Amino acid sequence: MNSNLRLAIMFVLAALLLPGCTPQPASENRITLDFWAMGSEGEHVQALLPAFALEHPGITVRVQQIPWSAAHEKLLTAHVGGTLPDVFQLGNTWLPEFVALRALAPLDDVLSLDAQADIFSGVLAANRMNGHLYGLPWYVDTRLLFFRADLLQQAGVARAPQTWSEWIEALRQLKARTASAPLILPFSEWQTLIALGLQQKAELLRDDGRYGALAQPAFREAFAFYIRLFQEGLAEVGGELRTGNVYQAFADGRVSMLVSGPWNLGEFARRMPPALREAWATAPLPVPDGTPFPGHSIVGGASLAINAQSQHSEAARALLQFLAAPEQQLEFYRATGDLPVRKSAWSLGNLQQSPRIDAFWQQLQQVQGVPPVPEWERLASLVMRHAERVARGLESQEQALAAMDIEADAMLEKRRWLMERGTP
Amino acid sequence: MKLPAAFWFLAPALGLIAVFFLLPIAAALLLSLTDFDIYAIGDPSALRWIGLDNYRQVFEHPLFWTALGNTFYFVILGGPLSVGLSLGAALLLNARLTCCRTLFRTIYFLPVVSTLVAVAVVWRALYSPDTGLLNQLLTVFGISPIDWLGDPNFAMPAIILMAAWKNFGFNMIIFIAGLQAIPDRLYEAARLDGAGSFAQFRYITLPQLAPTFLFVALMTMIGYLQLFAEPYVMTQGGPANATLSLVMLMYQEGFRWWNMGFAAALAFVLFVIILAGTLLQLRLQKKSGV
Repeated sequence: MNSNLRLAIMFVLAALLLPGCTPQPASENRITLDFWAMGSEGEHVQALLPAFALEHPGITVRVQQIPWSAAHEKLLTAHVGGTLPDVFQLGNTWLPEFVALRALAPLDDVLSLDAQADIFSGVLAANRMNGHLYGLPWYVDTRLLFFRADLLQQAGVARAPQTWSEWIEALRQLKARTASAPLILPFSEWQTLIALGLQQKAELLRDDGRYGALAQPAFREAFAFYIRLFQEGLAEVGGELRTGNVYQAFADGRVSMLVSGPWNLGEFARRMPPALREAWATAPLPVPDGTPFPGHSIVGGASLAINAQSQHSEAARALLQFLAAPEQQLEFYRATGDLPVRKSAWSLGNLQQSPRIDAFWQQLQQVQGVPPVPEWERLASLVMRHAERVARGLESQEQALAAMDIEADAMLEKRRWLMERGTP
Repeated sequence: MKLPAAFWFLAPALGLIAVFFLLPIAAALLLSLTDFDIYAIGDPSALRWIGLDNYRQVFEHPLFWTALGNTFYFVILGGPLSVGLSLGAALLLNARLTCCRTLFRTIYFLPVVSTLVAVAVVWRALYSPDTGLLNQLLTVFGISPIDWLGDPNFAMPAIILMAAWKNFGFNMIIFIAGLQAIPDRLYEAARLDGAGSFAQFRYITLPQLAPTFLFVALMTMIGYLQLFAEPYVMTQGGPANATLSLVMLMYQEGFRWWNMGFAAALAFVLFVIILAGTLLQLRLQKKSGV
């Protein structure tokens, strides 16, 4: 009994004293980098880090995984609370917002000019603001057509549609065979409508983002085309809710076309039944009649950014350089399916061999970002709100376009004030 | 000056209320007079004192009137439905003939204590346009299926139905307590005077329940005006903003777009609406002589 007690006391004492014994100097030399990454990227990036640890033995990277749905709010709150990590992943359209918050360190000299030229130019441009690079593109995302090539052929359409009128015609043929709307066009995805606008070379905003330019002819055309898809019954309002599982609907032919991004390459490969493994294909977005194909699509994806307040910016830059190297880009692509931003990573991995991925390569030569204003996500949701109202017949197109500009102008009032004042 | 002893007993609680309740309210009031947004977080000098302009913007906001209409729709249809259900269930459970009262009381109270998100998942399945139980029932009666959560005309009724089902148990318990407090001798006297069961309900139960009724109606109205979680998990305010409530709009503006000044102003507008509703209800009850 007595000896037990003594043992217990010794344990307690040892527990109290031991932390004091750990070698202090080593932990002073070691740098711990906090790195927040979203969703599956956060999971898979950890597999790359042992190689980084070999190159930089003094740096420990602590990855924290954040769900995409909460990422934007969490990053903003972390910035306000002063707990932003050293390095974090950032959706491309959020970049202007975080630049306005002065949360990001400029990254102009992280990569050599040659390495920068190796990145798709549209993607790089989307990460540049006020003459500085604030995000290092990590992977790239654009929107194009996914379709059931076999059904298209059975419907008598020889090749993937390349112009808007071919697209409409193909959809009509598909609809005639299945009697259901062949295209899925959710209002929650503004990217499709905006990509159509970019194909028309719509500015979206004018005067350096001071005012809305949505009622101008270019966007008006795109908007009309988008609405027409619903009016002709080629896409169904709320179709994505009705169909439930898109892959299931795609497999049984109820849905045969959608506009989506690279993550669906992996999803389709996994979820299509074996018999349909070769039946689906991808193609660049059809272009307005009379314009060169492939035309523009929207650029998205995510970048890596460094916290302006980070104490370890040197180590953070080393991590960014490591993750931007073509070998790591390729490795990351193989783990996640996220398309590399560096062209040399594509040739290194022979990615264009697959026609499905090659469609993305072609589309990526012609991509463009959305106007770099912090208000963008809000503007996009305003555009989609009106698009939904028009598609449901609650508002006319003319009313919607006029209202969109008025509301956009009101939203951009603060931006105009700041620009007049000289501090955008 | 010597403070009474009671002060020192109350001080801890009052202190907490002051710090965590009154102070934030005062801060929000100040916030509602500024255009606090993401620009102001990045650079405090971008904060402008704009007086009552946020309140003007609230009334000019394209979605404010939609959200207000939706919220009233929910309160006016959902409130009476929920209170009626509670009263009906309470009367049934209080009747002498009912068997296994405690069991039913527990069953009816279960939705109140279950997690809303779990409830929402189940109700989404019930409302599913192709495979949902509700539509299959309708088909039996020869009614064509309804896209409950996808059709702007049906989304709000669907939310109301779910909310009423989820909440009526709480008010039911309060009504049961009220019913049990009515002395039996009143009913005895009425029976001796030859009153039937409806007359007993009309002239004894209802007047005796009036204070309970007032409490339940007020709490339901206050709670329902703050509708948020149900549409947030079921529809995200859609389709076509048919289920966007005032608090959802406030959340979107405040935490999605970081328009804190505007969101704070909206919060005070909602406060005034709730206050007005409460006063109106108190006035009505007073007039009817309670």
